[in-house]
Amino acid sequence: MKWFGFIAVFLCGSLFIYGTVEFPGWGDPLSPTSTHVSPYYIEKTMEDTSVPNIVTAVLADYRGYDTMFETAVIFSAGIACLFLLRQMKRKKTDFRLYRHTATGITFRIEKGGKLPPTAKEFERIDGLWTPYDLIIKTTGRFIIPFIQIFALYVIAHGHHSPGGGFQGGVILGASFVLFAISHDLRSALNRMSEKLTAFFYTLGVYIYAGTGALCILLGANFLDYSALATILFVDPVTARSHGILIVEIGVGIAVMAVMVILYYNLVSAGKFDEGL
Amino acid sequence: MIWQLDLIILTFVIFCGIGAITIKDLLGAAILFGAYSFMMSLLWAIMGAVDVSFTEASVGAGVSTVFFVSAVFRTTRRTKD
Repeated sequence: MKWFGFIAVFLCGSLFIYGTVEFPGWGDPLSPTSTHVSPYYIEKTMEDTSVPNIVTAVLADYRGYDTMFETAVIFSAGIACLFLLRQMKRKKTDFRLYRHTATGITFRIEKGGKLPPTAKEFERIDGLWTPYDLIIKTTGRFIIPFIQIFALYVIAHGHHSPGGGFQGGVILGASFVLFAISHDLRSALNRMSEKLTAFFYTLGVYIYAGTGALCILLGANFLDYSALATILFVDPVTARSHGILIVEIGVGIAVMAVMVILYYNLVSAGKFDEGL
Repeated sequence: MIWQLDLIILTFVIFCGIGAITIKDLLGAAILFGAYSFMMSLLWAIMGAVDVSFTEASVGAGVSTVFFVSAVFRTTRRTKD
């Protein structure tokens, strides 16, 4: 069976490599892709949208419909992970571990038992992996704001430099993942609950699709941002630039929430109780 | 585009890919896959596709490695085959 798989992969791979033989050379100015629409984008992007980064303009403006459904794909990935992994029925764990914060003594509470409600000096710890993590917590607390600022910069500066909603959203989600790793899953859930992530990833898709629908309401085509000029009080070219920013923010919010919900589901095996 | 650099990184990509599918330790496979993604992002940057490179570095080398590690944490570290 292993050899059969190897032969199949080898044949498919050599077929692919054989198929690339007749491709035009890398960066060939006479290839069909460089002669058909690329010259239009390269020459007209600046005067159409006033966005220096052509990639962002093509991604969010000229091919905005594509990107809207890419966001919908990310959204449905989050939903699918939720359906696959989330355990809807709450099952009680066999035991819970609590640590006395002053002395470091660990208590094991069996199923059915619970701490007296006045016991404030106990903190819940994970059952599987519970080292002392003061250094990790402090370092995480120092680094996370910088990561988030960088993520917001990547989202907002996508017009001028590489980046945009997808990358910035992933970095923003990674900062929440870092928070969940450096503290624990429950304190991350206190900051960013499951319901809040669900709200965010629907909100992101709504912002994108809503911007397109708003353009229809203002009398232009779907996702033709120049129609936003009347409500943003700018000229149509700047309105296209601002429209790109609005949809990038939507993409960023959606991607961030989906990354966080994927991490929560994976690391707690759908229980949302104990994690890495 | 410097072809020597290109060749070295391409060799690393191939070795990381082969290593990621042959290694028995799944945590090691996740880390090798992250290294693979990072090398791929370097290749994209060399080819001038900076946006793709940025996406590869943040998604491939960053978040998906974390997802793999958390999946390994919840399942098993050794493969059966």
